[in-house]
Amino acid sequence: MKIDKNTTQKIARLCKLRVNNEEIEELSLQLSSILDWVEQLNEVNTEDIEPLSSVSTENLPLRKDEESKKDLSKEILSNSPENLENFFVVPKVVE
Amino acid sequence: MKNQSISDTLKLIKSKKISIKELSNNYINEINKNKDLNAFIYFNEEKILERAEKLDNMKEDLPLKGIPLGIKDLFCTKNMPTTAGSKILSNFQPTYESFVTKKLLNSGALFLGKTNLDEFAMGSSTTTSFFGNTINPVSSENKKLVPGGSSGGSAAAVAANLCLGATGTDTGGSIRQPASFCGVIGMKPTYGLCSRWGIIAFSSSLDQAGIFANNIQDASILMYEMAGYDPNDSTSSNVEIPKYHDNLNSNVDGKIIGIPEEYSLPGISDEINQVWDKAIKVFEKGGAKIKKIKLPHTKYALPAYYIIAPAEASSNLARYDGVKYGFRSENISSLEEMYELTRSEGFGKEVKRRILIGTYVLSAGYYDAYYIKAQKVRKLISNDFRDAFKECDFILTPTTPSPAFPIGEKEDDPIKMYLNDIFTVPASLAGLPGISIPYGTSKEGLPLGVQILSKHFNEQEIFNAGYYLEQNNE
Repeated sequence: MKIDKNTTQKIARLCKLRVNNEEIEELSLQLSSILDWVEQLNEVNTEDIEPLSSVSTENLPLRKDEESKKDLSKEILSNSPENLENFFVVPKVVE
Repeated sequence: MKNQSISDTLKLIKSKKISIKELSNNYINEINKNKDLNAFIYFNEEKILERAEKLDNMKEDLPLKGIPLGIKDLFCTKNMPTTAGSKILSNFQPTYESFVTKKLLNSGALFLGKTNLDEFAMGSSTTTSFFGNTINPVSSENKKLVPGGSSGGSAAAVAANLCLGATGTDTGGSIRQPASFCGVIGMKPTYGLCSRWGIIAFSSSLDQAGIFANNIQDASILMYEMAGYDPNDSTSSNVEIPKYHDNLNSNVDGKIIGIPEEYSLPGISDEINQVWDKAIKVFEKGGAKIKKIKLPHTKYALPAYYIIAPAEASSNLARYDGVKYGFRSENISSLEEMYELTRSEGFGKEVKRRILIGTYVLSAGYYDAYYIKAQKVRKLISNDFRDAFKECDFILTPTTPSPAFPIGEKEDDPIKMYLNDIFTVPASLAGLPGISIPYGTSKEGLPLGVQILSKHFNEQEIFNAGYYLEQNNE
């Protein structure tokens, strides 16, 4: 699959990465060659094969739906770049 | 002190021939002498000695009391920062301890520090860390080699005797490949044996914790202490963990060893195949039967992996947004800009590449063609192994297609770098346990390794086969 600069730009926007003009050419080439390479999977006949999403042998366990009261707000906020009165602070989003 | 085993060290401590503090000082000296290897990216002498003193004063007997370990900097640790080798987590201080490291601490282990890794465990060379390259201790003065990756710091630390063991994580080969490059033992257990709780996520359906050690006995002791059920990880298995080290048995008489013909690749150097042949012959000498087996979809394991792992990574790494923890860009005027600049400045090249690939293969219109297709191929690979293990007790292969390579090589071509994991990825996709055991050397005298794989939760079989090979390493 050939990935052109517009597609690279579009994917970058989807995953909130900013790529500058110098990077975009090299990235488009690398993404194209990686996708070309993974496309050898098309040689494999996968008709009637179930996709395998997990190799875990466990059934999803159920736990009791119990309330637990613990105030972890201080710990949770301790790594935040900016916080105020028990809230995370981000740039203003409403005009 | 060189190559002291864990059981010998425990005896010395117990008989008071050495205090844990003295032992720790010896290792602190070794780490300081080998700073240029950059195996440890966090190391605090005061904290080590504090913990050592506490353990010395403790009356209680513990199974790993005073054993000095390195911890891959992907495990969240309450008393040490945790970075995943990334700028985006360069100031992160976890407020809780991962399940695996908590178990080790409860067993009395002494953590010397956090070891270097490829950023978010994405790589095969430990050259993508924000904190610089780790150097393979087997390097010569004028030719610096990679330790492999992603757990390169842990492998290098054990190889250079900077600790008695080290934790690692393996998603597609990140324990076995660096173990082979550095000449130590590296064990990745069955998916689900060790809890993933508190391990920074890369590809959740593949990530699994494991161990580096100098010998099979040490590896089996550490594996036992790390494994176990954790209700906080829904894929953690509630199985009984055998005391691997008490059950070690090097008798391979009558065992059937599968040799997959698909692992004889064109273009792989003779030295790799020669070491493989030699290991086969040594097993035959011990009475094992050799059985040629077929794993027909082996060739497609790497391309399937390079869809599945980046897809899961792109989703897991969406959490690094500069809001709740980690680095935040300073040049921001809007929320959108905060996200984009934080992530663009915070992630390195390889991580960004994988996020982009992952986002693409999960995006509308491509999801079935890439992601679902890869999962179907994963099923076929898993079936291949299921069928193969009907005919054999374990599978023997080389661990890597080459010995350690110079730092800087393969950097310009992602696919060339990915090919390092050609022999380790298939078992990862099937969730199987595997070990790399140092075996033989290249023409240049660099360590090589062979890989032993077995059925799910058959770690004992692997340790036993490894025990035999270790004792018959001519």
